[in-house]
Amino acid sequence: MWQWFYKLGSPRHFYDMTTAFLPWLYGITFFLLIVGLVWGLGFAPPDYQMGDNYRIVYIHVPSASIALGGYAMMACMAAMHMIWKIKMADIVAKAIAPVGGMFCALCLFSGSFWGKPTWGTYWVWDARITSTLILLFVYVGVAALRNAFDSENAGSKAASVLTIVGIVNLPIIHYSVNWWNTLHQVGSDLSLQAEGANPPEIWIPAFFMGFALLGIFLLAIILRSRNEILVRERRTQWVQDLLDHDLQEGLQRA
Amino acid sequence: MNSQPKLLTTSGALGAGLRRELQLAVRSPGNTINPLMFFIISVSLFPLGGGSDSVYLSSIAPGVIWVTALLAVMLSMESLFRSDYEDGSLEQLLLSPQPLYFQLLMKVFSHWLVTGLPLVLLAPLLGLMLSLPVQGYLPLVCGLLLGTPTLSLIGAIGMALTVGLSRGGVLLAVLVLPLSIPVLVFGTGVVDAALTGQNFAGLLALLGAILALALSLAPLAIGAALRISVN
Repeated sequence: MWQWFYKLGSPRHFYDMTTAFLPWLYGITFFLLIVGLVWGLGFAPPDYQMGDNYRIVYIHVPSASIALGGYAMMACMAAMHMIWKIKMADIVAKAIAPVGGMFCALCLFSGSFWGKPTWGTYWVWDARITSTLILLFVYVGVAALRNAFDSENAGSKAASVLTIVGIVNLPIIHYSVNWWNTLHQVGSDLSLQAEGANPPEIWIPAFFMGFALLGIFLLAIILRSRNEILVRERRTQWVQDLLDHDLQEGLQRA
Repeated sequence: MNSQPKLLTTSGALGAGLRRELQLAVRSPGNTINPLMFFIISVSLFPLGGGSDSVYLSSIAPGVIWVTALLAVMLSMESLFRSDYEDGSLEQLLLSPQPLYFQLLMKVFSHWLVTGLPLVLLAPLLGLMLSLPVQGYLPLVCGLLLGTPTLSLIGAIGMALTVGLSRGGVLLAVLVLPLSIPVLVFGTGVVDAALTGQNFAGLLALLGAILALALSLAPLAIGAALRISVN
């Protein structure tokens, strides 16, 4: 029953499985994105304090969660690569670094454009913004270290070590920055019974958008991993066969 | 006649290693002096660039001293593994039967003795030049005493990762500076707390806790990184 899971550790099976799975992921993500965007931007009622400005929350909050969760995922992959020498884990970790960094940047930019109308400034040095900025720096560092090595193998091991050092350090950074300055509004209460909780018309589209952005994140990672698999396995027979097959199809169509 | 070579005990090996490191530091004093000069020069740039008003200077003094100390430690890292990597003694260190964990702790400690400790001792002088109020000196020195070893340990991880690269210098800063933020935050916090008349012992304890964590975990990461770099 768990065989499909173990098989994911093999680049070839990962490639085959994602070939079957990708159209579904495209469809679901596209559907969630359309529903979330149309509902969130078109039909959800304006907020009684922030008016229409709050709608950036539909991008801002999911991208923040993905930036954080993506680092945790990258650290798991790095640990798997270091401990069990699973090549596939390293391929995924390599794919996450730039994508996670982009979501971090997206979170910062969307937050900054939200901050201008509501707080009156694009940037304040408060705790959560600062820790997100530092998370971005750490993502950049991991990607830069990997690229600095000529040898693929040494680069991936070094990046794994740095990723794991980062996951030990990130909570400490988070708490130190929190202590340093806390101006940011406290996280909104997600419990639905709480006084002043957002009405369902506002949070249901947020739910859609959260999964839509998660879908985009997964799509980006899977596509990058598939490319990386083809590059790393380019000398194997199955990749050659795949290329031949694609070439034949192309010729026939022409 | 006993042809069996005499085996070193761990403490003997560590002592010999420490002597070697200190001897090397004495014979090439540039490695020690240049980061110190960087520290002094860059601190003295702030009054030139930002204005010599003593109220302004005393308000930025803790931050300026801590940030420049952090940068000076990063610059001094080059001498920790570089020459050992080039002449092959790093490989011998990794191959030696002595526990790597303590060998690396000894190496970082001896490096801190010749680079970090002088920074700590110089800091009050620079505080004086930036008109730091008198109640700030003790917390500044205590904070640096607890904080600079942590900076050395974190920097050593970055140096171990980049020692095999020909242009590792700037990369080292990109890797290590974000990870040293907690030390900077609590270190300046200690001085600021003292200047506003609060109790700063708790913040010193936090710096000590981070040092304890770094002492216990950083050598493992340094060892893993060195094995990758030497390979």
